[in-house]
Amino acid sequence: MSALIRVENLVRDFDVSKPWLNRVIERLPRAKLRAVADVSFEIEERSVYALVGESGSGKSTIGRIIAGLIPASAGRVVIDGVDIVDQGGPDAVRSELQMIFQDPYASLNPRWKVRDIIAEPVAVRGERTQGLAEKLLEQVGLSATDAGKFPHEFSGGQRQRICIARALASNPKIIICDEPTSALDVSVQSQVLNLMSDLREEMGLTYLFISHDLTVVRHMADRIGVLYLGSLVEEAPRDRLFDAPKHPYTRMLFDAAPRMDAFGREVDPPKGEIPDAINPPPGCPYHPRCPLATQICKEEHPAPRMIGETRVRCHHAE
Amino acid sequence: MSEPVLSVRDLVVEIPTRHGVLRPVDGVSYDIAAGEILGVVGESGAGKSMTGNAVIGLLDRPARIASGEVLLQGQPIHQLQGAALRKLRGRHMGMIFQDPLTSLNPLLTVGDQLTETIQEHLDLSASQAHERAIAALDEVGIPAARQRIDSYPHEFSGGMRQRVVIALALCAEPELIIADEPTTALDVSVQAQIIALLRRLCRERGVAVMLVTHDMGVIAEAADRVAVMYAGRLAELGPVREVVTQARHPYTAGLMASTPVASQGQKRLRQIPGAMPRLDAVPAGCAFHPRCERAQARCRQAPGPTLQACDGRAACWFPITHEQEATL
Amino acid sequence: MSDHQIEIETRRTPGRLARAWNGDLAYSFRHSPVAMISAFMVALLVLSAVFAPWIAPHNPFDPGSLNLMNGFTPPGEPNAFTGEVFLLGTDDQGRDVFSTILYGMRISLLVGFSAVMLAMVIGVVLGLLAGYLGGWIESVIMRIADIQLTFPAILVAMLIFGVAKGITPPEYRDQMAIYVLILAIGLSDWVQFARVVRGATLVEKNREYVEAARLVGRRPFSIMIRHILPNALNAVLVIATISLALAIIAEATLSFLGVGAPPTKPSLGTLIRIGQGYMFSGEWWILLFPALTLLALALSINLLGDWLRDALNPRLR
Repeated sequence: MSALIRVENLVRDFDVSKPWLNRVIERLPRAKLRAVADVSFEIEERSVYALVGESGSGKSTIGRIIAGLIPASAGRVVIDGVDIVDQGGPDAVRSELQMIFQDPYASLNPRWKVRDIIAEPVAVRGERTQGLAEKLLEQVGLSATDAGKFPHEFSGGQRQRICIARALASNPKIIICDEPTSALDVSVQSQVLNLMSDLREEMGLTYLFISHDLTVVRHMADRIGVLYLGSLVEEAPRDRLFDAPKHPYTRMLFDAAPRMDAFGREVDPPKGEIPDAINPPPGCPYHPRCPLATQICKEEHPAPRMIGETRVRCHHAE
Repeated sequence: MSEPVLSVRDLVVEIPTRHGVLRPVDGVSYDIAAGEILGVVGESGAGKSMTGNAVIGLLDRPARIASGEVLLQGQPIHQLQGAALRKLRGRHMGMIFQDPLTSLNPLLTVGDQLTETIQEHLDLSASQAHERAIAALDEVGIPAARQRIDSYPHEFSGGMRQRVVIALALCAEPELIIADEPTTALDVSVQAQIIALLRRLCRERGVAVMLVTHDMGVIAEAADRVAVMYAGRLAELGPVREVVTQARHPYTAGLMASTPVASQGQKRLRQIPGAMPRLDAVPAGCAFHPRCERAQARCRQAPGPTLQACDGRAACWFPITHEQEATL
Repeated sequence: MSDHQIEIETRRTPGRLARAWNGDLAYSFRHSPVAMISAFMVALLVLSAVFAPWIAPHNPFDPGSLNLMNGFTPPGEPNAFTGEVFLLGTDDQGRDVFSTILYGMRISLLVGFSAVMLAMVIGVVLGLLAGYLGGWIESVIMRIADIQLTFPAILVAMLIFGVAKGITPPEYRDQMAIYVLILAIGLSDWVQFARVVRGATLVEKNREYVEAARLVGRRPFSIMIRHILPNALNAVLVIATISLALAIIAEATLSFLGVGAPPTKPSLGTLIRIGQGYMFSGEWWILLFPALTLLALALSINLLGDWLRDALNPRLR
């Protein structure tokens, strides 16, 4: 098996400075927010790679860089042998890559008919779209007659199916799924997740699955990367990660996630909140909340190291 | 058991529209005792938030309580309006909403908002109210409360803001708290903190809490009893452990089975076909029957099953019994 | 979103028309007496202006049909010399006031409508560019808009009018007056459209359907026109309606001040200017009826715009 997507030392900074005039008057320096800090990982063909993390972890930013929606500040993103950061932008791999978004209400143009929405990726390239939308609608479990309707006539789950149909239209190899079910109800979520699993098998798709929901990630992913403040703190195959989490942050996440079998659980909740990404703590970004933290954690950002199949960025993990 | 703090009887909320009268809440009854957390769970459109809003008198027009009763410590409150209702809110009922920013005034310091609420409901001097506000912030776990009391809401992080909202809801010592999706906008780690806080306050102060959420995991961890809503009606009501592990209503069972945790190790998730009916197209009889694999002729006939008409636990003519569960 | 948005762009087949009639916008219309009355007034005034040559008893622009003896005939009374009766009386030159109002309204509406169209095209294009492209393009466009907003619109219009008058040869001035008027009012009114469209664009461009379109390689101009513009049209429609009333009033003001439509081709404003000379000498009708017409026209268009704004505002529904 070969890596279909290779991300190397990816960095993305956002300029969050105040407007020029305010900076001059208030004598403020330019402010930078490092949303993605030195992230590297590989996604095997026909696998599901999941990025998990809380808000501000940079998981959506990574997805949008790979999709070519925003440029990287540094590093390399190689998709199917083409470096989209260096070699002329994402146009070269555009038809191989598609995306499913979080909000099924905002991701469909309310003024367009479903037929035109689904066929857009093909129509943009000037190719024939006759009957395409109808075929795809049936493939995602809707009816061909829905093609003439407008998005507002559908429920959230049905809209997400339409988004999936649109993503499939250009016959992509890779689909980036950015929180595809977090706006959906549980019973609808299971329908959409099952559909995504089925389509992956049928069409040999590769998914980059971005989510904050550990249960969904555990169900879908083959390999999981855990992000904290833009850093990939731990990466491992699914079972390995859930059976033996190495990084203290991963352990905290697992402990804090609500469980269906934890009636009236009395545990000490985790301490603290995610720090401000504009002024991140020095050294390991997790050290202010970490129970294992020592002096070295405050000074030095740990380099990734392998423990068995797990790659972890922690001075003290073992 | 003593008299429940909150008692809802056959509550019906109606919204007249040009397409006819919608019933987002249709004959809901439940009690909450002091020191108890009742979880109200359901998918979007199930009427769970509308139930909470009806109890605190925050229904947006044209929605209105069409029939039924809401009793707070035995006193009917569903017909109160204006000043009487405002007096009741805050003093006897506290509210916590999903987005802490919308429930705080961005132009006033946290301390001003707390002392204002305290002085409105309790007969205290300004300095006493100030002390009490500090104590309230301290109680919800805001570090250095005495210094931070003069901060503005935007100076707090998301989790700390939700703590301020909880302090605001609690500062006049109400008997009932209605928390509508209090952790949905928060990260997992902060969510765990807020749930732990709610549980502690409920235990220590003996407050009755109505916890409205779509997240079964949150309910399982936080609630004592759970009410499952479907299409404006109660589908199941019972102690949380029993409802989660031995669901008797097919909808509850399907809901539990379709969470990815429950189907751990399986390739496919269990799924309930279809979607919740829209309010203008609720089927006759049991609202769940078109999606239910156990549905029989009786399920399609009006009147549909209610908790009272069935076994008091699940509103289902053919509930899943525990023996069947074992063979599933 | 809701039915009314489809209603605007799909008035082609009867099925859609029926759906539009049952849609939210039509429902709101049928339940708003103010909207219905003002729509009726607008329709009545616009139709009588359009069909003025067939409705008007006289042609006020045809000097041959005028009889100076008919001057100053009071409304409804027979003229002392000719015995002719005029519904709303005549002016100093014996022109039928009713006919001049109908023809004057034609010019007022033509100028107002064209000016709004011009303002809309400029404003929508600049607003889309500013909102979608951002950066220095946005800064330049919006700063120009800000600067223009610090002057009263009527002053800007007078400035443009004055410059245009200076560069056109005298013999063409009367002919060109109408077009200069359109240009002056249109250029003074684009800022509103630009601001509203920029605001809508800023909201829409961050929605995920725009990202989906970028993802498949749709070009910026195509995204602006195919994706963003249709979703900004509601706001544009509301502004256009209210601007129409303002443009008609602006035209009347300019003409009243003597810098607008010439007396040979009088608009409502010109008529009011002529009439105000006779206000205290007993010939009140020459002023009153054009003024009332202008009031009715501007008021009913404004009320219609107000209703439209409320009906299209999703937050109020």
